[in-house]
Amino acid sequence: MELKSIMSNENVGASREVVLPGDLLDTGRLKPGSGAYSEDGKVYAAQLGIKSVKSNFVNVIPLGGRYIPSPGDTIIGKVEDIGPSNWLIDINSPYPAPLHVTEVPWKVEFGDTSRFLGVGDTIMAKVLMVDETKRVQVTMKEQGLRKLQGGQVIEISNSKVPRVIGKGGSMIQMIKNYTSCRIFIGQNGRIWLDGDIDNMLVAIRAIKMIEEGAQTLHLTEKVKEYLESVTKKSEVKEDTN
Amino acid sequence: MGGNSNIKLIDDNGIRIDGRKVDELRPIKIEAGVLKNADGSAYVEIGKNKVLAAVYGPRECHPRHMQNPAKAIVQVKYNMISFSVDDRKRPGPDRRSVEISKIISEAMEYVVFTENYPRTSIDVFIEVLQANAGTRCAGLTAASVALADAGIPMKDLVPAIAVGKVNDQVVLDLNKEEDNYGQADVPMAMIPRTGEVVLLQMDGHLTYDEFKYAISLGKKACAEVYEIQKDALRRRYVVESEAEQEQPVSVPDQEA
Amino acid sequence: MARSVVSEIKRDHIHKLLSTGKRVDGRAWDEFRPLSIETNYVESAEGSARVHLGNTDVLVGVKMLIGTPFADTPDKGVLSTNAELIPMASPSFEAGPPDENSIELARVVDRGIRESQMIDLEKLCIEPGKEVWMNFIDIYVLDYDGNLFDACTLGAVSALMTTMVPAKAHEKGEDFKMPLRTVPVSCTAVKIENSLLFDPTLDEEKVADARLTVTTDENGDLRAMQKGLKGAFTIDQIENIIETSQRLGKEIRQSLG
Repeated sequence: MELKSIMSNENVGASREVVLPGDLLDTGRLKPGSGAYSEDGKVYAAQLGIKSVKSNFVNVIPLGGRYIPSPGDTIIGKVEDIGPSNWLIDINSPYPAPLHVTEVPWKVEFGDTSRFLGVGDTIMAKVLMVDETKRVQVTMKEQGLRKLQGGQVIEISNSKVPRVIGKGGSMIQMIKNYTSCRIFIGQNGRIWLDGDIDNMLVAIRAIKMIEEGAQTLHLTEKVKEYLESVTKKSEVKEDTN
Repeated sequence: MGGNSNIKLIDDNGIRIDGRKVDELRPIKIEAGVLKNADGSAYVEIGKNKVLAAVYGPRECHPRHMQNPAKAIVQVKYNMISFSVDDRKRPGPDRRSVEISKIISEAMEYVVFTENYPRTSIDVFIEVLQANAGTRCAGLTAASVALADAGIPMKDLVPAIAVGKVNDQVVLDLNKEEDNYGQADVPMAMIPRTGEVVLLQMDGHLTYDEFKYAISLGKKACAEVYEIQKDALRRRYVVESEAEQEQPVSVPDQEA
Repeated sequence: MARSVVSEIKRDHIHKLLSTGKRVDGRAWDEFRPLSIETNYVESAEGSARVHLGNTDVLVGVKMLIGTPFADTPDKGVLSTNAELIPMASPSFEAGPPDENSIELARVVDRGIRESQMIDLEKLCIEPGKEVWMNFIDIYVLDYDGNLFDACTLGAVSALMTTMVPAKAHEKGEDFKMPLRTVPVSCTAVKIENSLLFDPTLDEEKVADARLTVTTDENGDLRAMQKGLKGAFTIDQIENIIETSQRLGKEIRQSLG
């Protein structure tokens, strides 16, 4: 165990071991990172996930669980309720997030909120701040943030978001290129897409393929194969947006 | 406890009516992730018990006055469905299920890192589909797997088992007949790694020495159940982890 | 079913697809989701069935007790149907006594079984005016993804088809099979704008204007109906639903064996 931990310390993130709550992660050299805790000088997993060692910390990258907002996250939210000077946004997390009139790109008079966003509307927003009791505030005051119209929204487990995006956005770019869909992925596990109806179905199936991850290896190739077979074309190289 | 020791439930060779030895568990089967809507779920069969557990949360705490600004609360609801027992049970909670729900909630609060999710509730629903003695232990065992399946941060998984006394002998994991005619029943839940007991009840009649022996039997059995819990979760997740994993640091600019 | 705002995007998307004759999951308008039924799922019940209809998952059990008959039917057994929408099944279900949704569900399932005279209740009389068999059909929804009416009727019917009357345990002679006469099957359709869709998913139900459940017997005759939700049907639409229910009912009945 000693030797192993030294090795993984040098080999950053090399191991792909699934760990369960209570599993021993390290016997003393490393510090507990996210998803881990220490007891009597030893580090244990606090969550179901993949063990990952980075510098002096051993972390558990969760394989499930609900989205926990952190500042700077781009998310897709749904208006749940309206107040005179704010909207309450469901961001697919344990905590609904208020969006204040000062955090939208429009000038909104007191009591006039429902003219801009109604219950059931979908928005692209950013997590502005999260305080220590996990009170969340979101903003739409940044370029690209807006009310989403048309298309559709699907939900995946937020822990699968990085895999759907792929390295440097490669996976999602490939799906966009084959389907000519506009796609936006929120870090809270919601994905908005718009395009031709049949192409949208193809894109959704590709995303579900990635989420289910049944393919043990060469996921990118398998998704590419699928996209090629149904769209009967090779990848359109230029950005189709 | 009927306490009727005239009925012979263990033969002269130490074999029980279902063919088990005194320190033997019934066959156990556990599956994780069996329901779609729930954030986490598990199914447990132990002998003829069939139990489902579902976890929702952490989610907004209702009723609001139960919110804790510093941590999440764990609310377990244990329920037996009407046809899970021989005589039809009237649907809805009774005093027994309220008590069981309370002690399982308390056991789970001990292991869940509740301070990670202030003001929320982690709701656990246990439904006993078929009952054959030991349902609270099967329920707790299932709840613990369902919590891990829901990605809830927790110290460890918690296995549970009942030990009892039948025909003046301490026996492990009572079945329905032994429960009906036995002399004592000790449901317990223990974290194997630390030896911490998070649920313990007892009724009937035991000497102190018998109790100590019962706990040692239970401890061994909990370790067995624990391995089956872990196996269920690994079976559900290991395939996935073998898939190539791509972890960008942040979401890159997706749309110009 | 509080706190479930349907997103406008989802509503628009379902409408847009329907305008081109498509459903979100690719099914035809009159196509049911995959159905699987496991009977005798719970040993402690006299009959039981676990039904998966797509992602909808229900468990139905039949318990039988001896009781006194109603005064107006002294020579008939008693039938009682109850449904529990337990919070395990959906984030929108709350604990507590049956609400209007679970009561409507139980009553619609009950009506199909009762009005089709599926159970020969006269054969469940032990001593007229004194002792009869009482059937308790209890429905538990475990996972909710739409169309509970059909899933629960299928569950109740399948459970009854495997029920053994526990006469021996009550010292009333030998156990015998539940006396049955016909197999009622319910088919439910919803209307979204001007499209009709059978076996709606939860998303489809959420945006639906109106719903109609039609329970038919082996002859295709009508035995129970229930219109729900706040919209309305035209007579043509109703006839279309009935005719389709007769056809689908026949197919489903054959699969029940």
